[in-house]
Amino acid sequence: MATVILPRSLLTLFPGVERRHEVHGANVGEVLSALDGRAPGMRDRLVEEGPRLRRHINVFVDGRPADLLTLVPDGATVHVIPAVSGGVD
Amino acid sequence: MPDVQLLVGTPKGAFILDSDTERRDWSLRGPLCDGWPIHDLIVEPSSGAILAAGGSPWYGPAVWRSDDQGETWTHSSEGLTYGDGEEAQPIATIWSLATGPDGTVYAGVEPAGLFRSSDGGRTWSHVEGLTNHPTRATWQPGAGGLILHTIMPHPSDPQRAWVGISAVGVFETKDGGETWEPRNNGVRADFVPGPPPETGQCVHKFAMAAGEPETLYQQNHCGQYRSTDGGETWTDLSKNGVPSQFGFPLVTHPRDPKTFWVIPLTEPDEGRFMPDASAAVWRTNDRGDTFSRGDAGLPQDDAYLSVLREAMARDTLDPVGITFGTKTGQLWHSADEGGSWRLVTGNLPEIWAVEAVVRD
Repeated sequence: MATVILPRSLLTLFPGVERRHEVHGANVGEVLSALDGRAPGMRDRLVEEGPRLRRHINVFVDGRPADLLTLVPDGATVHVIPAVSGGVD
Repeated sequence: MPDVQLLVGTPKGAFILDSDTERRDWSLRGPLCDGWPIHDLIVEPSSGAILAAGGSPWYGPAVWRSDDQGETWTHSSEGLTYGDGEEAQPIATIWSLATGPDGTVYAGVEPAGLFRSSDGGRTWSHVEGLTNHPTRATWQPGAGGLILHTIMPHPSDPQRAWVGISAVGVFETKDGGETWEPRNNGVRADFVPGPPPETGQCVHKFAMAAGEPETLYQQNHCGQYRSTDGGETWTDLSKNGVPSQFGFPLVTHPRDPKTFWVIPLTEPDEGRFMPDASAAVWRTNDRGDTFSRGDAGLPQDDAYLSVLREAMARDTLDPVGITFGTKTGQLWHSADEGGSWRLVTGNLPEIWAVEAVVRD
């Protein structure tokens, strides 16, 4: 079981979804799929074709940069954070 | 009395302006769609729902849907994908939306491709026939990217549709999207040597004449054009009185097949603004044989205005209302078919799209 912390800008796309989640998943990809079960469509907002994390989405497992295949140990904290590199002028 | 709405897409979200049929006073709502960049908005005829197409730089592409005139929204990109794999091409954003006569919703995306939905934009499937066209490997992007920006379904035959891709050209299907044929014969491509190619033309926008599905009008990077055979051949209109062959938007009259409007701009290497920095919308009443300038109320000095391909629209009232939005955030409206113009608002973000809706 891992704790996932989601960004505010993602939560506004899914009204009623909480910021913190306790989910099962051996790696980041499985954790995001588990979140999609709670908020259908959320995986599409974070993962692009490949599959890989979207270019301007960063995920950290216990503070370390991660990709979809990064292992998520039991008790880990997973942060999903939009990168500062995104946005439109 | 029906209400009139202007749906506006910008890089900082969608906006809605409400008015009555007088179209003098407008109230502004927004930004909507969570501030996502929005390239196109349409109304689904069967439901009255607003559909908005765009893509977030963080969260990817999605079609937004509102069934309560913009008060609340849902979003989806389910099925909007070319598939996974090593060579996967992520869809960056959605550029265009349209509805067919059978209620199918179409979405044009970047990199260029076509998707369709039979449930109002909630789920999507790829129209593979276009992506599999033998010329696909030769498709090159224009300045705005490799984008499918115009979708023109036939008004009564769900098997027929035309699409426009920059800088590739116009294609038509007559079998529901299974196969496609280029429709660029007669259209110049001045940026490549030799005779015009089969594809590679930089179509900017095209529209259908009212009640004449075989009559299409096109604003291209290299001129304004008319086709009276469903795009099989095109006639160059750019020597017929317009001040520039370059421009982006083109809208047709809702009842008169001979009338359409364009906004010529200076050439790309000359700034892409209204010629002489003097704002004008140009109208033809004779299928493009002649054009006349309309500028009453528009700024005539120091007006370095540019209007993008989706940023002009007309309503269906009589007289027809015409609206255009500029890259510098001004929204101009004419309630008399371009005879005179008023500034609706001057402080929006860069305007990418305008749609006009009359609600009974």
